Amino acid sequence: MKPFRYDRAADIAGAVATLAGEPDGMFLAGGTNLVDLMKLDVMTPDVLVDVRCLTSAEIEDLPDGGLRIGAAVTNSELAADRKIRSSYPVLSQAVLAGASGQLRNLATTGGNLLQRTRCVYFYDTTTPCNKREPGTGCSALEGCNKDHAIFGASRQCVATHPSDMAVAMTALDAVVRVQGPSGARAIPITELYRLPNQEPERDTTLDHAELITAVDLPPPGFSSNSRYRKARERASYAFALVSVAAAVQVRDGVVRDVRIALGGVAHKPWRAVKAEEALRGWPAAEESFRAAAEAELEGAAPLRDNAYKVPLAANLMTRTLLDLSGQR
Amino acid sequence: MTTLIERRAIGASIDRLDGPQKVTGTARYAYEHHFDNPRYLFPVQSDVARGWVTRIDASAAVALPGVVGVLTHENAPRLADTSDRELAVLQDGWVAFRGQYVAAVVAETLEIASYAASLVRVSYDEEPHDVELRADRDNLYAPAQVNAGYPTDTEQGDFDLAFSSAAVKLDETYGTPMEHNNPMEPHTTVALWEAGDLKLYESTQGPNWAAETIAQVIGLDPGRVRIVSPYVGGGFGSKTLHANTILAALAAQAVPGSPVKFALTRQQMFSGVGYRTPTIQRIRLGADADGRLTATSHNVIAQTAKTKEFAEQAAVPTRTMYSTQSRRTTHRLAALDVPVPSWMRAPGEAPGMFALESAMDEMAIKCGLDPVGFRIRNEPEIDASTGLPYSSRNLVACLREGARRFGWGGRDPRPRARQQDRWHIGTGVAASTFPVIRLPGSKARITYVGDSRYVVEIAATDIGTGAWTALTQIAADALGCGADQIDLRIGDTALPEASVAGGSSGITSWGSAIFEAARVFRTRNGHSPSEGDQAEAATPDNPEGGKYAMYAFGACFAEARVDADTGEVRIPRMTGVFAAGKIINPKAARSQIIGGMTMGLGMALHEESLVDARFGHVQNHDFASYHIPASADTGQFDIAWIQEDDTHVNPMGSKGVGEIGIVGTAAAIANAVYHATGIRVRDLPITPAKLLR
Repeated sequence: MKPFRYDRAADIAGAVATLAGEPDGMFLAGGTNLVDLMKLDVMTPDVLVDVRCLTSAEIEDLPDGGLRIGAAVTNSELAADRKIRSSYPVLSQAVLAGASGQLRNLATTGGNLLQRTRCVYFYDTTTPCNKREPGTGCSALEGCNKDHAIFGASRQCVATHPSDMAVAMTALDAVVRVQGPSGARAIPITELYRLPNQEPERDTTLDHAELITAVDLPPPGFSSNSRYRKARERASYAFALVSVAAAVQVRDGVVRDVRIALGGVAHKPWRAVKAEEALRGWPAAEESFRAAAEAELEGAAPLRDNAYKVPLAANLMTRTLLDLSGQR
Repeated sequence: MTTLIERRAIGASIDRLDGPQKVTGTARYAYEHHFDNPRYLFPVQSDVARGWVTRIDASAAVALPGVVGVLTHENAPRLADTSDRELAVLQDGWVAFRGQYVAAVVAETLEIASYAASLVRVSYDEEPHDVELRADRDNLYAPAQVNAGYPTDTEQGDFDLAFSSAAVKLDETYGTPMEHNNPMEPHTTVALWEAGDLKLYESTQGPNWAAETIAQVIGLDPGRVRIVSPYVGGGFGSKTLHANTILAALAAQAVPGSPVKFALTRQQMFSGVGYRTPTIQRIRLGADADGRLTATSHNVIAQTAKTKEFAEQAAVPTRTMYSTQSRRTTHRLAALDVPVPSWMRAPGEAPGMFALESAMDEMAIKCGLDPVGFRIRNEPEIDASTGLPYSSRNLVACLREGARRFGWGGRDPRPRARQQDRWHIGTGVAASTFPVIRLPGSKARITYVGDSRYVVEIAATDIGTGAWTALTQIAADALGCGADQIDLRIGDTALPEASVAGGSSGITSWGSAIFEAARVFRTRNGHSPSEGDQAEAATPDNPEGGKYAMYAFGACFAEARVDADTGEVRIPRMTGVFAAGKIINPKAARSQIIGGMTMGLGMALHEESLVDARFGHVQNHDFASYHIPASADTGQFDIAWIQEDDTHVNPMGSKGVGEIGIVGTAAAIANAVYHATGIRVRDLPITPAKLLR
């Protein structure tokens, strides 16, 4: 582990100002991912600015009926929150599907959003990886890639985003509130993440020293009829092979509205826009669900080891929508 | 025939004697022995798989405050014996596998050592490497023998003729991947040189064996190496002796008087401390119209390292399991630029029986027979591998009792016939076997210390098995006293020497020595000894050894649930019935079996070390990506024993339970997955990717 300095600020503005002057520094919250990566020399910040106690650790009501989740709310608290569980069950389920009890007690909402990929080459400093060391090449492109992306990858990077929580938030159209050197802004979560393109080292659209302060959830609507389903290689503590976060509104047997996001398939939580479009106004039946899933998966480009993700994603989408529309 | 000990303590489910120390954190594992001002070692590993080190620039590391020194092949002390290339660490610049130690930093803190190691620049003259095991390689070779001294190939009758004329035939190839042992406690050494003596606090399965080997490699009188290892956090075969221990000893030599601590990181556990070789196994079975085997062939291809041969004996169980008119078994190896494969729980049996017991399931189906009945129909009368009768063989009883407990009767044999909600449900069975191994080289010493108390000393080691407790029970019955009158001392080469904790041999080997010492003690001192009375004895040869074939047997039944949408496999329940002689401590033995069966579950569904052939090392070298089963992955375990009074194995009548639990589990699960889904997965692990259609 490379030596680093540890810094604390009195408030958010101070933390942002401190980090703005530290081009190789990073914010530290729960540290459940960052500290591991530092131990492995995958990430080598020279200063950590601790923001754990600066942002809100509360879940508050918003005037429009939505909720504001403070960035320091732990994953455990978020998953256990009564309003989250009743109005946004997909989010609680997603958080509980990730990590372990011990990690969820420490990990924060803001930190969860900014997890780095679990690509085995990213974690191995002896192999090329464009995300870790830009310009060295992508080892996974023609290597061990059973866990990698089927959507939106580039020749530069085929990694996936590991968060479960972010997939649910993507289906919920959450808005991420940040504060940075040039002020505060609100970013729809679908615009927070980016595809690797030519700059896989950048996971998000955040600028340096921009700090996530909260995540806003829109008013519940039909999100109370939502669910997270994660396929994994074992029952305990495993990253998703593929996961689905979905919410659906069915009236008179017809899909009025629907939100679907997929995890484990792309560099970002993958909003299944084509499937959503294919479903609105169609009967809430297995044939339309499967057709919608297949419409989405037409764009899939599997690699050597991950072709199984295509049927897996189709099955998961179909089954989750069937469950949500009260069918088995 | 041996007279069995009168059993009072033996057979009792005594709680683990070392339990309180372990749960309160007072049981000291190797790293936890306290020293003032220890030094810490962190290795530099090669990032090429084959070649020469041309230059090592350690200047930045050496310049770092707190760094004591950087050991390389240019400045490391010379070893006396480099014939074992695996142990000849830092003796020259040759790199034999990716991840090999090419330098080591010794520093005042672990943090400084690890940072300094990252600053060491190593240049290589890289050569093309070869790390891929494939069946179509043209340089596979037959080793002179396979592990444990078994013959490489065997031939019984005319297999080719019998197979070609068989009424029912099976010819399939099964594969098991590279797997890494990964005990909870990583390999750990604390090495200290004082006045020319080397003392090691070591996480080892074989203190004496390790000490003798280290003495030979370093060039010391064996009496000058002492190993202390009272508690060991698992080994599963990997804690024999590897280069990490020699490296720590060399580093400590450079700082005499200062202990050097070296515990591997989890990532480092995936290179250089052993693993189970991948295997490619072709099985051919021929049977007559009644389902009696007429032809059996098991051809194994495995890998070894170019630096040192290790020949996994995967076809060996096929030599004894079933009656067959003709039989052929072979082992071939590919020598690669890889770390040396090593022992991993039930080496030979675990991969070999996955193949054989999967094939037996397929063959039962081809013959239209129930898999339990098919096995019983092919039960042998003698051990075909030796021509000897079995000292006891209760596979049939295990199968019948297991079938009864599991509720096998009335099973619909059709695959993919049962579904509940979205789960396909199936059941499977497989048999298990493991030989009874008695290792030479153990001595026990018994001293009466007055006040009705006996000190029993033997340098055995408890790697989590329960040896502390079981040996106390054996000593109590051997001496005819209470277990609370025994003060057992193990885990230190200052005690009378002991054989390695491996091959499920500990209780047989050490227990026989304790039994013999007790016999000598009572013969000499009677039942009213005086304080200081003492007797010492070695494990005697078993006079029955050449007269009987000795094995434990078992049957594993598993229920598999396979998600119709995702291919996720869950195992809600397993039944294991074992005929393993007298069970010394049923509670501890049950834990051993549950551990073995859980490891078998991991072998079936999770474990696979992924090697990227371009680089040559294991890519998924941590527990986030190398999966082992945890609590949520296991369901109900129903464990039962077939009582055996085997008077031939040893005075305790015990056969060993450390390994047999894993042996049949992977095949039982694979067979259950087939029954659930109709999909036969012949390459482990059985992942969702292989079940999605």
